[in-house]
Amino acid sequence: MTGLLYALASLGAFALVAGIVLAIAQKVFHIEGDPMVDKLDALLPQTQCGQCGYPGCKPYATAVACGEADVNHCVPGGERTMLQIADLMGVEPKDLEAEPVAPMLAFVREDECIGCTLCIKACPVDAIIGAPKQYHTVIADHCTGCTLCVEPCPVDCIDMLMKPELIEHWSWPLPDTKRAQLGHERREQHAGHG
Amino acid sequence: MPAMVRKLAQRLGMLQHSFVGGVHPNMHKLTADMVIEDVELAPMFVLPMKQHIGEICSPMVNVGDKVLRGQKIARSEGYLSVPVHAPTSGRVVKIEEHAIPHPSGMGLPSIFIESDGDDLSDQSIAPISDWINTDPTLLRERARMCGLAGLGGAVFPTFIKLVQDKRFPIETVVLNGIECEPYLTNDHRLMCEQSDAILEGMAIIRHMVGAASGIIAIEDNKPDAAQKMQQALDARDDMDGVSVVVLPTRYPQGSEKQLIYTLTGREVPAGKLPMHIGVLCQNVGTTKALRDAVVLGKPLTERIVTVSGDALPNPANLRVRIGTPVRTLFARQGLDDFSDIQIVHGGPMMGERLKHPDFPVVKSSTGLLVMSRPAMGAAHKVEQPCIRCGHCSEACPISLVPNLLADQCRSDQFEKAAQYDLFDCIECGACSYVCPSNIPLVHYFRYGKGQLALQRREQAFAEASRKRSEARDARIARENAEKAARRSQVRQTHAPKVETPKVDVPKTDADKAVGETAESKSVESKE
Amino acid sequence: MTEIALILLSSVLVNNFVLTKFLGICPFLGTSSKVETAVGMSFAVMFVMTVASTVSWLVQQYVLIPLELEYLQTIFFILIIAALVQFIEMMIHKTSPVLYQGLGIFLPLITTNCAVLGVAILNVQQEQTFLTSALYGFGAAVGFALVLILFAGLRERIEVAPVPTLFKGSPLALITAGMMSLAFMGFSGLVKF
Repeated sequence: MTGLLYALASLGAFALVAGIVLAIAQKVFHIEGDPMVDKLDALLPQTQCGQCGYPGCKPYATAVACGEADVNHCVPGGERTMLQIADLMGVEPKDLEAEPVAPMLAFVREDECIGCTLCIKACPVDAIIGAPKQYHTVIADHCTGCTLCVEPCPVDCIDMLMKPELIEHWSWPLPDTKRAQLGHERREQHAGHG
Repeated sequence: MPAMVRKLAQRLGMLQHSFVGGVHPNMHKLTADMVIEDVELAPMFVLPMKQHIGEICSPMVNVGDKVLRGQKIARSEGYLSVPVHAPTSGRVVKIEEHAIPHPSGMGLPSIFIESDGDDLSDQSIAPISDWINTDPTLLRERARMCGLAGLGGAVFPTFIKLVQDKRFPIETVVLNGIECEPYLTNDHRLMCEQSDAILEGMAIIRHMVGAASGIIAIEDNKPDAAQKMQQALDARDDMDGVSVVVLPTRYPQGSEKQLIYTLTGREVPAGKLPMHIGVLCQNVGTTKALRDAVVLGKPLTERIVTVSGDALPNPANLRVRIGTPVRTLFARQGLDDFSDIQIVHGGPMMGERLKHPDFPVVKSSTGLLVMSRPAMGAAHKVEQPCIRCGHCSEACPISLVPNLLADQCRSDQFEKAAQYDLFDCIECGACSYVCPSNIPLVHYFRYGKGQLALQRREQAFAEASRKRSEARDARIARENAEKAARRSQVRQTHAPKVETPKVDVPKTDADKAVGETAESKSVESKE
Repeated sequence: MTEIALILLSSVLVNNFVLTKFLGICPFLGTSSKVETAVGMSFAVMFVMTVASTVSWLVQQYVLIPLELEYLQTIFFILIIAALVQFIEMMIHKTSPVLYQGLGIFLPLITTNCAVLGVAILNVQQEQTFLTSALYGFGAAVGFALVLILFAGLRERIEVAPVPTLFKGSPLALITAGMMSLAFMGFSGLVKF
């Protein structure tokens, strides 16, 4: 009988000590918010386009960090962003939902613009300048190609154009040898495994 | 000595300083004994708006304008940029995009000048014969306004290097006459024929940077050039501390950092410039061009081009006006049929294979090679699996591990490749040259570098977008707060009898009071 | 002094827990796909193993034996290890959130890492002193860290190498682990007890 008591008492006491130590540790290592959100947000293309179903990049990052959203919703980020997010979160990559699209730029046909400022209000990155009753124009270097300005325009004078290719931004393609392509495809199939 | 032993001995400093690795390709210097020929004026010249590393120039002439040789036709916009000059007198006929020697086959805005055949020069830039008593900053400005860029092929704006910086005093000026690429002989011939002009250029550089010593580096496959330079050196009296050094031939000895290590035993740290270890390295062609700019007041409008290759009937060294269409050069050397050949711009190791011959000679055109397809085919066999022989690592002059880097680039692990110093690769091609499996290693590195640069650009853009988006959100929040505050004030003035302080006004009431106005609707719709 | 060196050498190389005793295989395969993760895991296991082997020795000597409660050994040891793992988990979450994500489920699973419990029980069985049991725990952890990081380095290179699709991923990892094990078998006979 005493043996059993000793056992219970010593085990209980030991568990209590461990519990107190852990409680103190919890206080010391307490973290504010989720540090993953910022890291995920940094991976996203920041177009604020809302194509993921969240109002912007940060809300999507928050949703991914707490496990509410899948890693494959970012349309402009494409395959690479999806792989990076999956890698950071330590989960299996998933197929993209939407077909990747070429980068676009918004362009205002100025002779048709009536100066209503609706597109300026819609632009999430302040890439359109203009004033009421004045022509508006898109700052090409700031435009993320999110298409949010197209819908509000009452006279449909905003076009989405292909981003012009610059010789400075040209980069070498993968060598066109069979082995290069094969190795690359294999890698894509197995991306993130193991 | 086996390569491994040699490499080990070099690492331990047991041999005289010499860069590690390197290869000995067959040199094919077909034009080594051919005197530089002057090329007749072409009927039309094409001047791309960017012929240097850095920012693009903008045209400062209009269609129809008459120009003279040496007249500035495009101004440099940024700091890392040099202007473009007219190669001969004539008329500007159009300004539009034209192909440049670039592997993409893409073009740049270019100025087309129709030659009038008179070849009149612009005399507005005065010669400075008394350069020894001229302020170095004036000479530096001269180098910039004359459009000088490194003529060894890298076309880095020359004036940037010609600076006296108190933090990094230049002790040694290295004159690069190595010319380690096969086929090319333009520097070789220039040293043989205009050694005194090169040395005067070197004296100007020494005056500009205040360097005490100087080295003229030449490989031992050009004994005649070394001899001529030595004779010219002995004949001058302003060349104390300058010597001609003859080095054993090895590729890529002409690469700036490798050459500096071989000559001085000092390594240029990764991401730093030679000036940070007190060395200035200039190509002999650039040095001659600097002398012409200072002493003769001539902007850079011509350069020496080696036109060679196994498919060219008459190889030659040519003094060519910049902007000359290469078709006319090939026609002059007896080549008209472009159907079964490959054109290489630059040397065979580091140059670019081009898709068509419709581009002009630019400042970076060290050579134009015409290779028969069989000869190129032999150099580009089918890629085989890596057998881990390690030849590429032994050949690499900067001690990278090319096979591992290529694997990483092929499978898109660019960040990992960057950790293994992908960006220190000078793309010399020694690894591809020795690979028994014909793996196009350098091509993989270029792919990797390009993709990583693209990723970094996109990241920077995303970061800038995020900042703008956050600034916008903050602004909207502030505006809303201000509006709310104004409304509550309005409410107070309209109902002066109510003495409740501002903060106590129920927010919902304030919003409701002005909720009907169009203004606030638009604010809400924004959110 | 010789004894200390021998204990370290034997626990790191000769009797390596992973490759010759085959303990702790689960995190060895699970956290070795990246060197960064492997290094993080190694330090976590090093902390847990060293502290667990000393504390369990103290508990064994001053609680279990005097009270004749040796039959509670496993429960007590697991309690110690679980508490330590909780502690290190909180610490990693605070100091390196990326590592925390990267280690994922394998971090709490250190609790069930048989190598940790194995060291504690072996210490008791071999009747080590306090000092030698601490050393033995530390040495075993260093051995674990060594092979884990080596293995992760190998796997990183294998991953980019063009290998037959059949072998891609886990099969080749297991083959590699087997070959590493063969290599470590070569250390037996290095120390004669």
